[in-house]
Amino acid sequence: MREAHPGLPDFDYVRPADLEEASRFLAQNPQTARPFMGGTDTFVRLRDGFWKETRYLVDVKNLDGRSEITFDPQKGLTVGAAVSMNQVVANPRVGSHYSLLAQAAHRVASYQLRTRATLVGNVCNASPAGDTLGACLLFGGVLRVHGVEGFRDEPLASFFQGPGRTALKPGDIVTAIRFPLPVPGSVGHYEKLGRNLLSDLAIVGVTVLGHPDSSTASGYRFHLALASVGPVPVVLPDLLTQAPVTPEALEEAAGQAMESCHPIDDVRGSARYRKLMVRNLSRRALTRVWEGLQSGYRGE
Amino acid sequence: MAHHKISVTVNGSVESVDVPSNMTLLTMLREKLGLTGTKNGCTAGECGACTVFLNGEPVNSCLVLAVECDGAEVRTVESLARNGQLDPIQQSVIDHNAVQCGFCTPGVLISARALLDRNPDPTEEEIRDALVGNLCRCTGYIRILDAVKDAARVGAAPGTGGSR
Ligand SMILES: Cc1cc2nc3c(=O)[nH]c(=O)nc-3n(C[C@H](O)[C@H](O)[C@H](O)COP(=O)(O)OP(=O)(O)OC[C@H]3O[C@@H](n4cnc5c(N)ncnc54)[C@H](O)[C@@H]3O)c2cc1C
Ligand code: FES
Ligand code: FES
Repeated sequence: MREAHPGLPDFDYVRPADLEEASRFLAQNPQTARPFMGGTDTFVRLRDGFWKETRYLVDVKNLDGRSEITFDPQKGLTVGAAVSMNQVVANPRVGSHYSLLAQAAHRVASYQLRTRATLVGNVCNASPAGDTLGACLLFGGVLRVHGVEGFRDEPLASFFQGPGRTALKPGDIVTAIRFPLPVPGSVGHYEKLGRNLLSDLAIVGVTVLGHPDSSTASGYRFHLALASVGPVPVVLPDLLTQAPVTPEALEEAAGQAMESCHPIDDVRGSARYRKLMVRNLSRRALTRVWEGLQSGYRGE
Repeated sequence: MAHHKISVTVNGSVESVDVPSNMTLLTMLREKLGLTGTKNGCTAGECGACTVFLNGEPVNSCLVLAVECDGAEVRTVESLARNGQLDPIQQSVIDHNAVQCGFCTPGVLISARALLDRNPDPTEEEIRDALVGNLCRCTGYIRILDAVKDAARVGAAPGTGGSR
């Protein structure tokens, strides 16, 4: 009989003293050891009977420097791997320079879950429904990774390989995510459709970031990312550059977003419904950003 | 499976507990320490019945390992009343009949207490946002919202209910 009710399978909790020890242990036990941060995905997966081979949970959140957010006016933002969603939401530097990230983090689950859930955990979990993935991608996020061979950088643009599959190898531990400074004047907006207004996983998520750009014919450049409509987040860069931004052009870009995705039917929504919602939410998000660019709105 | 000897401060008293790796904070509170006020509704982070304070912030105790709490400070619903005096949020929940079966209530009280500690004058939207993770199958929520609004109105200031 299992000792601990309710329902977590047997495993050993391991707390390495430093990153070298953690990477070594993870690499030596590639099938059976998993790093974890807030555990909000991990425990649910284990309880639901996934990850049956897991024997060791390696707690990497207490290693030095993991729980800080730092901002450098030249280099940008660094969010430590153990930083929680609530810390991201409340951080004034995130609010003033990367408010789209705070907006997306705020849409994750509930306050008490966000006390534990981390931004980096959301990224490493690589669920196509992850609320913050779009913002992290559009801000040009780069992961700092420690593996058995030392540190390296992993740009998010090539990180996601499928649901739950990433460029991480056994022994890899993400220590932080870094974002360059956003283009001056950037405005972002996140539209999430769940089964209820708050707290549910996205049926469709649309993230838009736009900024003035003197090199384009329209004078602007928009980037859009879609959640929950494919095995990995879908990114449409460089929209609305060719001709003046008008309601018709925004509508056309929303149609382009719809055409670019190939969602599936599942318990949270049919493929057809998802496609239509991509168009509607894209139109709404693009319009909000466009209005913001004209009025100085910086996302909410 | 590995066992761990941990030391954790629960509702002000230091407890030394022997826990297996896979024991949750929720199970430790209920089954090792006999603090059954904290409820198990879903064991999946959805319902909020298991909400407790961990180092001053509300968490779903079904999603925290007991062993992670070594050296931590935990406060449960049992800590809200002090010296026979209810926390203002508890009194307000009673006054507004915001309880039917009561299963969600311990979690609601902790989430509401946490909200009022960080924001003594919340708007209705902020109250709804703070209680998103606390499902109630009985009351329809309106009485709970009224109770929190009223507790804020009468000045449920941090410390008055003994949450600190
Ligand atoms: C009830 C509930 C509601 C939820 N609602 C939402 C929602 O609305 N939106 C949303 O986006 N998500 C939601 N989630 C999912 C989850 O909370 C988030 O994905 C969260 O950000 C994960 O972070 P964590 O720190 O808890 O991850 P963990 O569970 O600790 O880790 C997740 C995965 O990432 C890996 N990992 C974690 N940290 C590292 C690291 N430093 N290096 C390498 N690998 C690492 C782990 O091995 C694991 O595979 C919900 C979960 C629950 C239980
Ligand atoms: S029992 Fe923890 S959230 Fe339901
Ligand atoms: S009173 Fe019964 S679940 Fe809330």
